[in-house]
Amino acid sequence: MRILAMDTATSAITVAVHDGEAVLAARSTIDARRHTELLAPLILETLAAASTTADEVTHVAVGTGPGPFTGLRVGLVTAQTFAHARGISVHGVCSLDALAAAAAQQGHEGDLLVATDARRKEVYWARYRCAAGQSSALDEPTVTKPADLPDGVRTLPTAGRGAGLYPELLPHALAPGGVDLLDVDAGVLAGVAAAGITAGRKMPIEPLYLRRPDAVAAAPEPKSSLRPSPRQQQRDLRRAAEREARGGEATQ
Amino acid sequence: MTDAPLVLGIETSCDETGVGIVHGTELLFDAIASSVDEHARFGGVVPEVASRAHLEAMVPTIERACREAGVALSDLDGISVTSGPGLAGALMVGVASAKALAVALGKPLYGVNHLASHVAVDIVEHGPLPEPTMAMLVSGGHSSLLLVPDVTHDIRSLGATIDDAAGEAFDKVARVLGLPFPGGPHIDRVASDGQITIDFPRGLSSRKDMERHRFDFSFSGLKTAVTRWVQSEQAAGREVPVADVAASFQEAVVDVLTRKAVLACTEYDVAALQVGGGVAANTRLRAMTQQRCDDAGILLRIPRPGLCTDNGAMVASLGAQMMIKGRPASDLSLPADSSLPVTDVQTGLPVHVDHDHAH
Ligand SMILES: [Zn+2]
Repeated sequence: MRILAMDTATSAITVAVHDGEAVLAARSTIDARRHTELLAPLILETLAAASTTADEVTHVAVGTGPGPFTGLRVGLVTAQTFAHARGISVHGVCSLDALAAAAAQQGHEGDLLVATDARRKEVYWARYRCAAGQSSALDEPTVTKPADLPDGVRTLPTAGRGAGLYPELLPHALAPGGVDLLDVDAGVLAGVAAAGITAGRKMPIEPLYLRRPDAVAAAPEPKSSLRPSPRQQQRDLRRAAEREARGGEATQ
Repeated sequence: MTDAPLVLGIETSCDETGVGIVHGTELLFDAIASSVDEHARFGGVVPEVASRAHLEAMVPTIERACREAGVALSDLDGISVTSGPGLAGALMVGVASAKALAVALGKPLYGVNHLASHVAVDIVEHGPLPEPTMAMLVSGGHSSLLLVPDVTHDIRSLGATIDDAAGEAFDKVARVLGLPFPGGPHIDRVASDGQITIDFPRGLSSRKDMERHRFDFSFSGLKTAVTRWVQSEQAAGREVPVADVAASFQEAVVDVLTRKAVLACTEYDVAALQVGGGVAANTRLRAMTQQRCDDAGILLRIPRPGLCTDNGAMVASLGAQMMIKGRPASDLSLPADSSLPVTDVQTGLPVHVDHDHAH
């Protein structure tokens, strides 16, 4: 087994090659804006570091989010296309699961909150239970304002960037042994995928958007009989999207 | 490269997921998946809806293009992809997918300009482009006059619209006349029963404008003139002669477009004009351009309508030209650039390669 794993749901662009037992090589770059530019070169670099050629890869694993849409899609379409081109299977892993697995591997015991940056003053989150190096999910991932999390959840030890972004609301950033657990590590994600593949689990690759598109970009309301044409609206929307892209996330 | 290169091209700049496969100058298959129906309920293209649809359609469209073309991905010589201009999030899906193909297959990648691809598509329709060619791109998104000495690396913008695109003018006037969207084909159909009875203004054609905006276009004033004319007829209680208004409006658009295009050919001593974009399907535009090109001794080339609108074949065609002409492959770190200027025909060029023409 030779797994090529990648994730673009958090602030890291992260790639790993895993042989089913251990990580052969892993590379990460922290850059929440340049997934399109950096992911493919990082894959080449990681494959080379693992002395693995593209045609030796037997499985592809990818983080399915939740995460900011534009970056998330770059990882998903890259994984799907790579797998299709090589005629191999592609397996999805919830990106929050990979963060929880990392916490468990670092020796965390007991309940855990994973809370990542969802932009727009919200976090993606789920609770996990960690024991003996293993983690299991207690919730489906959700997106919400950190203040709206139940008190008993907010005060849990927290992995992901949520605690750093909202320290008053999520006070217990988890850093076992000085290792911060801010972003997904594709090496850990590859291990989760390897276990799933071995167990024959279904691992769908549908993106976990958790938000509807019309909530982020509703078309302007037509007014008079001379309302803007669909193409005018399209141009307006395109300009709005470009403005956003210059200032930050293109579509979120 | 001695043999004709086999190139797969990916286009995702707006709401169409296009994958085309070209063998040198021969089109093998052009696969399109459109999310236009999903946008209808929003009244326009919503970038996030388009991007989600691209992700869902990407691999199935690649699969279909290969199957219909009878090509295995491992047979490809190169991959090309629209890297701009367009919707940022939509472009990123295509660019990332193209890079994944390049990495998985070990093939060169060419990041290309969407507008340049509109020009290059005519090569699979009518053979090699005369060099130089004059190109007029007219659609809902573009209205440009381009001087094209070499479609693989030297395109100069002579003029563009300063307000609405030509296709937008058709849509807006169709709405004023109570015709459905998209306006182009409906105005074309209705106008064929009408007479050119109203002398609507020709934008940017006055002596002063011909100095400052010689090859630019403006359609906003024309749209306003049509609206006022229709409203005054309605106010006077007269029935609006829809067919005549459509014919007169269409004549005004087509007159300016073709006059400036032919003038550009004459002044720059270019013997061939190519027309692309959705508006190139307009019958009056085709007829008048043909007439004026014949009169001026200019060769006119217009691809079939399916290749005038956005598609993957045009991207594959430009990629194949890049390979035939020995242009360097793009770097795998090439970005998606939503506002890529038309003068940047290729993106992700190695930094030591300088553009050998003035921008
Ligand atoms: Zn176009």
